[in-house]
Amino acid sequence: MITTVSEAMVRCLEAEGVETIFGYPGATICPFYDALSRSNIRHVLVRTEQNAGHAANGYARMTGKPAVCVVTSGPGATNLITGISTAYMDSIPMVIITGQVVSSLLGSDVFQEVDITGSVEAFIKHSYLIKDPKDIGRIFKEAFYIAGTGRPGPVLIDIPMDVQKMEIDFTYPEKVSIRSYRPSFKGHIGQINKAAAAIAKAKRPLIVAGGGIFISKAEKTLRTFVEKTKIPVVTTLMGIGALQPDDPCALGMIGMHGIRPANYAVGQADVLILCGARVADRTIPNPEALARHKTIIHMDIDPAEIGKNIGVDIPVVGDIRMILSQLTEAACEDGLEIDGSGWDDWWEELHHQQKEYHPDHGDRKNYVNPKLFMHALYQKLPEDAIVVADVGQNQMWAANEFSVKKGRFLTSGGMGTMGYSLPCAIGAKAACPDRMTVSVCGDGSFQMCFMELATECQHHIPVKTVVFTNNRLGMVREHQRVAWDNNLTAVFLDGSPDFAKLAEAYGIPSARIHLNDQIELAIDSLIHSEGSFLLEVIVDPLESTL
Amino acid sequence: MKHTLSVLVENHAGVLSRVSGLFARRGFNIDSLAVGTTADPSVSCITIVVDDKENAIEQIEKQLNKLIDVIKVKDFTPTEIISRELMMIKVNATGQTRQEIKELADMYGAKIADITRNSMTIECCNTTERLENLLDIVRPYGLKQVIRTGSIALEKGSEQFSI
Repeated sequence: MITTVSEAMVRCLEAEGVETIFGYPGATICPFYDALSRSNIRHVLVRTEQNAGHAANGYARMTGKPAVCVVTSGPGATNLITGISTAYMDSIPMVIITGQVVSSLLGSDVFQEVDITGSVEAFIKHSYLIKDPKDIGRIFKEAFYIAGTGRPGPVLIDIPMDVQKMEIDFTYPEKVSIRSYRPSFKGHIGQINKAAAAIAKAKRPLIVAGGGIFISKAEKTLRTFVEKTKIPVVTTLMGIGALQPDDPCALGMIGMHGIRPANYAVGQADVLILCGARVADRTIPNPEALARHKTIIHMDIDPAEIGKNIGVDIPVVGDIRMILSQLTEAACEDGLEIDGSGWDDWWEELHHQQKEYHPDHGDRKNYVNPKLFMHALYQKLPEDAIVVADVGQNQMWAANEFSVKKGRFLTSGGMGTMGYSLPCAIGAKAACPDRMTVSVCGDGSFQMCFMELATECQHHIPVKTVVFTNNRLGMVREHQRVAWDNNLTAVFLDGSPDFAKLAEAYGIPSARIHLNDQIELAIDSLIHSEGSFLLEVIVDPLESTL
Repeated sequence: MKHTLSVLVENHAGVLSRVSGLFARRGFNIDSLAVGTTADPSVSCITIVVDDKENAIEQIEKQLNKLIDVIKVKDFTPTEIISRELMMIKVNATGQTRQEIKELADMYGAKIADITRNSMTIECCNTTERLENLLDIVRPYGLKQVIRTGSIALEKGSEQFSI
């Protein structure tokens, strides 16, 4: 079929089953936008390019498929960089299309030219600069394949404007074959058996479930494995909800801001089974000391993560869902019969820890207790709700109380990108219009992304927003208190607008509460109001994260 | 210990930048790096000599393998390979020293590539260690300029390293 490259780009997206894309146009990507206008693909116009990345991020996490964002050259592309690095750090599949200046002018610093493939090199799974229009089909096919397989990640396609306007004879390739890219899926059976043997011998085994569980859609497999083996499970920040929060084996989140029973379990375990978790510094702060007294089984699709941050005794490379089902089989085999017997003492100890742990849901006089608020919110949300936490204290309040049965908890884990919650929630809601989606942020992070309230309104993607207002960059404040002799500097958010009025300016209903007594009613109005809602929750500036 | 990594990559634009950038941002030190095409013109071989701990080398290898353009990586210790590096030394040389320098070069199997009234250019292809030796020996004459290609290496024996 003879067509323009820009039309072909749209055909490529259609062939990949893309229904929604997030973007922001500019001169160099106009040929594509022109072609897009004749397609059924829904385009969601964000209010700054970074948020096209975060929205695609949320969309990808909920669909499990590569999501697409499109921006123009130069500042459009550089604005998106934080969106790309955020996706890269959390292994989110994404295809990014950037317009580029005309190819004959490349390298001459013309208007809105930036070397975007070079700029993102350090935090992108792969990138292409298309110079030959005939490559269009192959490159799109490869990009989607690379983004969505193995350890997923963002892939960028940079297309000069003149190339977009060229005519080609186009067919979309059916198959993809990249000789240098063949991700492995199945775990090596010898390693699986070694892992099973180590677990059978363990006195105090523990599973650390990370974001990899969601990426490989291994939630059910994990549950089956745990049901059978009765191994306790802690999660990383990215792994929250990997095992349903009400599962008797779920102990909660570990790490710097994790809860005591979970961290206790990590400290005391003799066999640590890392499932799609990369042992980041905030999760396991002192890996070498920890590994010294334990058998470490590390299961991950990315061989480079194994042995990078923690010494490993039994590495297993592969897709975590495959590995877990292989391991479940191995656990049933004669002579092993891993069925939870023999771990009664271990469980007793852990139950004792759980009993001793009481999250502080106390009264706060003139403020709302955010931990109590999150607890109450989770009790009332529909059981499949999606909650997107931003970054900072709000994130940890939201993380540690998480108890939505079949819900999803999304946050920027690796990068800790402030301003992530609202655009990500928009993306998640666009992917799952029937699921209630709540963005939880602080007054700092909200002011990094509130322009996206307009996107919600324009495209009818209603998100419920909770803003914890303490007039501070709370987590930085806490850090300055502890590590910088309480020299509080540049953490005061004076000058912030009235968020309720701001919401009103967008036509979004809102409420503000400042007492624990108001929590129930406010949550009811948030949940039962039609469409978008903004709830501002006033918290004590001195409120601690844990 | 020094390791030599043979990295087979797709022969197209931007690949070298991806490979060298990876070393820079992950804090791996490159002793030398040489790149050229192979018998298959669509494939280039990058030979990288690194001096690091075993676990760092392992991590480098894994990170290289993650790059989509990298087809294959093989890690060699010095005893497993034949390695060669080309060096050219422009050294001060007068009528009195010219013969001496020529004799030294001969001992290393080096050639004299250029002569002027006050300089000579020695061309030597050998192992990195031998080149260092030669350099030390001619240093007292006064080095004007030294240039080296970085090592390339092949595995000893009849084994074939290809895609």
